[in-house]
Amino acid sequence: MSTVQKPAQMRPAGVPPAPPPPLYADRQKVYPKAVSGPVRRAKWAALVLLLALYYIVPWIRWDRGPNAPNQAVLVDITNGRLFFFFFEIWPQEVYFLTGILVLGAVGLFAATSLFGRIWCGFTCPQTVWTDLFMWVERLIQGDRNERMRLDKGPWTSDKIRKKALTHAAWLGIAMATGGAWIMYFQDAPTVTVELLTGSAGLETYFFFALFTGTTYLLAGWAREQVCTYMCPWPRFQAAMLDENSLVVSYRDWRGEPRGKLKVEGIGDCIDCSACVTVCPTGIDIRDGQQLECIGCGLCVDACDDVMAKIGRPKGLIAFETLANIATSAAATRDMPPGPARDARGMEVRHIPKFIRPRTILYGAMLGAVLAVMVGAWLLRETTTLSVIRDRAPLFVSLSDGGVRNGFTLKIANKLRNTDALTLSLHAELPLQLVVQEAQPAGPNAWRVTTRADGITEWRALVTLPPGHRSRESAHVTFRLTDAQGQVVVTERSVFLGPEREEQYHGRR
Amino acid sequence: MPTKIEKDALTGTETTGHEWDGLKELNTPLPKWWLYVLYACIAFSAVYVMFYPAFPIRGATGITGWVAREAIVEDLRAQQSQMAPMLARIRAASPAEIAVDPALRGFAMAGGRIAFANNCAGCHGAGGQGATGGFPSLADDDWIWGGTHDAIRHTILHGVRGGESDEERVSMMPRFLADGVLTLPQINDTTEYVLGLTNRSTDAAATARGETLYAENCGACHGEIGEGNRDVGAPRLNDQVWLFGADKAAIAAYIANPRMNVMPAWGQRLDAAVVNMLAVYVHALGGGEN
Repeated sequence: MSTVQKPAQMRPAGVPPAPPPPLYADRQKVYPKAVSGPVRRAKWAALVLLLALYYIVPWIRWDRGPNAPNQAVLVDITNGRLFFFFFEIWPQEVYFLTGILVLGAVGLFAATSLFGRIWCGFTCPQTVWTDLFMWVERLIQGDRNERMRLDKGPWTSDKIRKKALTHAAWLGIAMATGGAWIMYFQDAPTVTVELLTGSAGLETYFFFALFTGTTYLLAGWAREQVCTYMCPWPRFQAAMLDENSLVVSYRDWRGEPRGKLKVEGIGDCIDCSACVTVCPTGIDIRDGQQLECIGCGLCVDACDDVMAKIGRPKGLIAFETLANIATSAAATRDMPPGPARDARGMEVRHIPKFIRPRTILYGAMLGAVLAVMVGAWLLRETTTLSVIRDRAPLFVSLSDGGVRNGFTLKIANKLRNTDALTLSLHAELPLQLVVQEAQPAGPNAWRVTTRADGITEWRALVTLPPGHRSRESAHVTFRLTDAQGQVVVTERSVFLGPEREEQYHGRR
Repeated sequence: MPTKIEKDALTGTETTGHEWDGLKELNTPLPKWWLYVLYACIAFSAVYVMFYPAFPIRGATGITGWVAREAIVEDLRAQQSQMAPMLARIRAASPAEIAVDPALRGFAMAGGRIAFANNCAGCHGAGGQGATGGFPSLADDDWIWGGTHDAIRHTILHGVRGGESDEERVSMMPRFLADGVLTLPQINDTTEYVLGLTNRSTDAAATARGETLYAENCGACHGEIGEGNRDVGAPRLNDQVWLFGADKAAIAAYIANPRMNVMPAWGQRLDAAVVNMLAVYVHALGGGEN
């Protein structure tokens, strides 16, 4: 299956065939070492900010008056409403949500083309929660070496205690995560009490358990496997990156040839493996750009630490463009390792080109989508009228030879007050409008009411008296006006009748 | 057939030996946990098959006795008990009373729409538009047996000429040619007179001859000027709505050998509440009279 038997004569006699490569590979568990430095501090800041947002946002209150939820951010699936502070949309306006997702996607492309995988390394939920879980693990089981020793050692009572404590803490965080997720879909204070007292619905517990379970599994167990094997983003992010993107890079022109500190004539890399031991995905950044690298930059901190200790300039591993690496490498190709080479290589670097066709395109796309969305929001109608003309029958022939069309009118009121409006009909033909269950309000005009945050449905019958037939289809306009006579909304439709020769004789 | 298995220089991994225009595929081993996920899915399906009535045999149940059909029956029962109070109010009220009560009317219109589609649309059409050949339009203003709420309800309850109810709507037009009451020329003259009721006669002499024939044979039911008579279910002849066709041939054929269509007595098939909802719905189609 995975290999073929090569013909015997191609192998020297007496050499056994090579064993086929294994079909399955064990996971190499990663034990990232603790690290400190500016990148680590930035990651902590992002973690605290994002987690605080995630846990606090559902608790923010926002007064929308009576009969409306007072939660600032709420996806109300039961009632089909999405609330985001002053923003409230109906299911038919889901394109606003689509627009936000498009903005998110293009924003991700733009950020990647500028700064590499900073989404993956700093803000992706998988990274944030994995970081948090690793912190808990380190707190209970100790740093890299202690954890490796613990895992290799026998199951003593101390090991059982530490492991149990770790998983209990993970599950606790996971439950808080799953619980907070639910709060975006139900009133936070209510659902918290319900979850704690066991009175929440079955679906609530299902989703609570689902998000608790996935958080525990993905952040506690799967970790870098999610990024390497499950996530599609690393597969195509290379399309957004180019030689001018700031990515986590090893300045090989400065570090190579690597070797022990005391050896003469070697580069700045002393092969201490600090960058490898801190890597959360267990790779060696000195191998160059690779799929597994999430661009978190912890190796930058680790290496800078070592450089400071051995008295060499920082930045052997840094956020650097591939173009600069190539420029520095070209300028220092013939120079021996040493401070002169380091200085020369840094000297020839250029300021990264942030404005490039790629970033201009992403910027333009961001601007265009944003402009469309803001425009759509500003032009959004809070009262809409849908005119649905009857399809069966298309028209009704009356006993006096007149023709009647039926329409269903739906008035959606997206505000939280009721309104009395006047519905009128405008057409070239002398049509007569009757709105069932409505009060007349003048010629061809009827008083209709709207419902707060809801839809009212009206049935309109439009009749053409006999002797006025002039064509088979005519445009009609329904108009809603408010108490001051201002036009609220107009909607066009058509009035249909029999074909002319049929008109007199009735339907066959 | 893979032929050129080689070691990739960069990764040290063997290739699968497949090559597409110079692109080669690495034979990277699958992570073991992935295999375990597959095993977990198989284990899950084994449990699922036991709990879900998965075997396609009659009367199959899960090991806890769960059957999809029973779950639906339970859902329906729950819905019915939820609707019961409203249906009771609708059963007790008259269609005219339902029509003026907003809550009852909304319920009746929704229920009537469904009941109409299930029971009435087959003959009267999806929107009550009717069909030529004796299926009256319920959306127009022309009624054979009356278009008030009560008249509509009576027709639905007892039907037309079905022989199912003592209070059914019943009428019988003679077969003027088939039973030898009129001759073919006399039928022509009568037809011309009927056409004349809507100013469509083309033969003045025939129309004149038809006047007497009409008075003797038709007027008793259809009225002197063709105004119709709802008490006996005789349709108007001086309007633009024709049940069996408006042209001369259709009218003559009908006089010669009329067809008496029937409608079932729905009171014997449907709940009284459903009949009330249907009456409200049909009345609101556009032709309802007060």
